[in-house]
Amino acid sequence: MEIVITLAQIAIGAALINNFVLHYFVGICPFLGVSRRVDTAVGMGLAVTFVMTIAAMLSWVFTFYILRPGASLPAWAWHAVGGAPGTTIDLSVLSYIMYIFVIAASVQFVEMYVRKFFPAMYKSFGVYLPLITTNCAILFACLEIMKHLQEPSRLWGMPEALTLAVGGGLGFTLAIVLMAGIREELDVCDVPRALRGPGIALIVAGILAMAFMGFAGVDRGIETTLTILMKK
Amino acid sequence: MSIPEPTALERLVNGILPENPIYRQFLGMCPTLAVTGAMKPAMTMALATAFVLISANVIISWMRGLLRPHLRILVFTLTIATFVTIADRFLAAYLYEMSKALGPYVPLIIVNCIIISRCEICASKQNVGVALADAVGMSLGFALALASLATVREILGSGSWFGIRLLPADWPHWTIMILSPGAFFTLGLLLALVNWLGQRRAGAAALRTKAKS
Repeated sequence: MEIVITLAQIAIGAALINNFVLHYFVGICPFLGVSRRVDTAVGMGLAVTFVMTIAAMLSWVFTFYILRPGASLPAWAWHAVGGAPGTTIDLSVLSYIMYIFVIAASVQFVEMYVRKFFPAMYKSFGVYLPLITTNCAILFACLEIMKHLQEPSRLWGMPEALTLAVGGGLGFTLAIVLMAGIREELDVCDVPRALRGPGIALIVAGILAMAFMGFAGVDRGIETTLTILMKK
Repeated sequence: MSIPEPTALERLVNGILPENPIYRQFLGMCPTLAVTGAMKPAMTMALATAFVLISANVIISWMRGLLRPHLRILVFTLTIATFVTIADRFLAAYLYEMSKALGPYVPLIIVNCIIISRCEICASKQNVGVALADAVGMSLGFALALASLATVREILGSGSWFGIRLLPADWPHWTIMILSPGAFFTLGLLLALVNWLGQRRAGAAALRTKAKS
């Protein structure tokens, strides 16, 4: 039952406490660029969550079996070509190139899939779908997963990786939708001329970030609650 | 071609202020906000980005004859990812503490939109010399923007600059400036300041032409 607590902590941590946008500053470009209307913001958030989940799944597989120090596939290949047994092979220097490939490929596949099976949704995403490739939030999720696959003592499994991606994606959606709601109201406000545009958006984001700092410590509370509940 | 492409010198000067990547084009916001809590990480980041930007621009410009339209973005990203790996390994080997402190933001240089946009706008169309000048100008502009943000945040947040104490010891540290909200506030207000100066200058110029006529 430990796993439930760990997963809950990862999800809450990625979505609220260390929100990808407001704490780690990844995905700022769509956060400022696509947050003028609530409906496009919802679409963008969900598209990012979707791609992030797929990219996280693929990058976990690649990292676990090929890239991490002591992974099984390169060791097997090394053995097959007659290399000395007992050598640890570390291919993690290739990770960045691999992740970029994985992200570009999964965006391409998602685009093809959505176009074939959900044409209406494809039309509403428009240009945002290919732009997700250069969204740093997705590469950031892959890097976080890689960080947790480096130490052999506490390896993340697939469930942890997927939880991080879904939690982080939903946190991104929450932040961008909140921002879009505030910006719709800002349209009717009298903003000083120099602050109009990105200036006021950044200040609003700062206030949002301050509000999200209030979530610090929630994960420990959840851990205690879940432990008590499970004992009963 | 109807509009002549800018020359090397124009590219160099444009990158620093008139087309500053942060204050004018709003590109590359993630590292700008994330690593500017103090001057040291900000300048390390500026150097790493400059290295990747200059190398990628030169290489892309070199092989611009080989690029195919549908594959060019992929070629750009893979070139950038290679140089980022070099920069990341170098930092981990020689500046281990700094590499730990910068964390995921060094690999995130790969998706820094400044570099892709420079490859697309300049390097894939012009010769190596122009691409080099453009990359140097953009790097200087980026470093300048990071320095302005980090100066405000470090002085108000820790009372020091580059680790040297500036404000008296009993200065009440504005911790919020080092945390994430401070990054958003500082960049928002600096943007407003830049806009305000620009508008004032435009206003003064308009008045002068009116007085002349």
